[in-house]
Amino acid sequence: MQAKDALNYDYSVAKCFTYAAILFGIVGMLIGVVIAYQMAFPELNYLAGEYGTYSRLRPLHTSGVIFGFLLSGIFATWYYVGQRVLKVSMAESPFLMIVGKLHFWLYMILMTIAVVNLFMGIGTSKEYAELEWPLDILVVVVWVLWGFSIFGLVGIRREKTLYISMWYYIATFLGVAMLYLFNNMEVPTYFVAGMGKWYHSVSMYAGSNDAMVQWWYGHNAVAFVFTVPIIAMIYYFLPKESGQPVFSYKLSLLSFWGLMFVYLWAGGHHLIYSTVPDWVQTMGSIFSIVLILPSWGSAINMLLTMKGQWGQLKENPLVKFMVFASTFYMLSTLEGPIQSIKSVNALAHFTDWIPGHVHDGTLGWVGFMTMAALYHMAPRMYKRELYSKKLMESQFWIQTTGIVMYFSSMWIAGITQGMMWRATDQFGNLAYSFIDTVTVLIPYYALRATGGLLYLIGFFMFTYNMYKTMTASKAIESEPQNASPMAA
Amino acid sequence: MEMETIRELQAYGYIFATIFLSVIMYGYLYHLYKAEKKGTRNYEQYANIALNDNIDDAPIESRTPSNKEKE
Repeated sequence: MQAKDALNYDYSVAKCFTYAAILFGIVGMLIGVVIAYQMAFPELNYLAGEYGTYSRLRPLHTSGVIFGFLLSGIFATWYYVGQRVLKVSMAESPFLMIVGKLHFWLYMILMTIAVVNLFMGIGTSKEYAELEWPLDILVVVVWVLWGFSIFGLVGIRREKTLYISMWYYIATFLGVAMLYLFNNMEVPTYFVAGMGKWYHSVSMYAGSNDAMVQWWYGHNAVAFVFTVPIIAMIYYFLPKESGQPVFSYKLSLLSFWGLMFVYLWAGGHHLIYSTVPDWVQTMGSIFSIVLILPSWGSAINMLLTMKGQWGQLKENPLVKFMVFASTFYMLSTLEGPIQSIKSVNALAHFTDWIPGHVHDGTLGWVGFMTMAALYHMAPRMYKRELYSKKLMESQFWIQTTGIVMYFSSMWIAGITQGMMWRATDQFGNLAYSFIDTVTVLIPYYALRATGGLLYLIGFFMFTYNMYKTMTASKAIESEPQNASPMAA
Repeated sequence: MEMETIRELQAYGYIFATIFLSVIMYGYLYHLYKAEKKGTRNYEQYANIALNDNIDDAPIESRTPSNKEKE
């Protein structure tokens, strides 16, 4: 059949989301570096009036990197991987092409309004759920469009079995849909009580209930945005780039169900020693510890996939990025459970150890895996080899140094902080006031911000490398089967 | 209900949930290995879906045509 011979995968939507991931990566990480320096040098808060204060910028950093950089990365990889593992092209369905493009443009409109809103200080004050109700409705529309795209493509697939990455993408879709709907149940105050502007709202839940729903959502945002779709990526991109099949497909299935069941119950660990019922705290703690098993199941499966092939680490920087990502996944999924043990949490809670933990996961695991995935996709999408291997190697080491500076400074700062808060004299009086701890921590804040700056520099190198790959790199005649071609 | 009774019920619930979930997990593992041994499934071959993913590669398992197509 001639028509089928000419059929190719259509990457137009994947390309759009790749540009978005790069754009939001720069914005989100730049703001992150600014607020990190603000912690070390507070006078930086006053550079741009109310718009440059820490309180305005912090939600922009978190939303920018989570819902901007990362979601775009997830969507970009989905529109690439989805077609390939289902062996069906989007070009075969005009409907799915329209859905994909609408998905992208509505997402961009949503993100633009969200950025303006957050700069203006309009938000619900719920962490990672700051958007007001009109934007929440738009989020639902964007998400449903993604759902159409996923299940539409599944509906016309040639490959009967859904590859393990597909399971994870579908879980991301369903998990976030459920979490987002429940946590963003809001009462529009203007329409109900004539209070505030038309877009203002308060949570439908009150007090401790609100806290429980919020952290059930908050921690599962980590689960279904920082973990599940990144596992989807690594299960496709590491085997494909290295040419090695997944070490144990059965282990990937077992880990999947383990992760799905356990993760949803772990959120209570954010509320240990708070006003929520004791059993919720204990359950959060126990499930967090059990979570080591499915997390390490996936991570070890990835490392064992490289069995006998470790030489590739020397030759291929993309494999290095991915193996490093998997290793950092193991580190942060061991660190998190340790922090959720009640006695450890008594020391760690509210300290800088927590953002330290978050960032060795996000910078090491999420960031590295997403960039490696986009690097892998570039030669296949643009039919050109990657622009510079040397630049990629330098980026790897600069960013790795940045990550190590970030988490080591935050470990020291967090434990110092926790110890100082708990220290008492012989009569049981607190030995230090709050400002004493702040003074001690300033050098670590400077170190952390510089670590973040190194990571940002690495991200600019990634951007440059991608840009040159798209525009000026040597064209390739046929699609590479495994290792991505790259110029020295 | 007295606090002591609630605690006791929680403890029973905890034990039963642990046993139940362990049985489910090992049951699933047993199911995976048994399906392979009986030859009804070869899970490990699905790993090749990622490796042989060109649009003209033969699917590892093609979708069975629907009844309508069969007619």
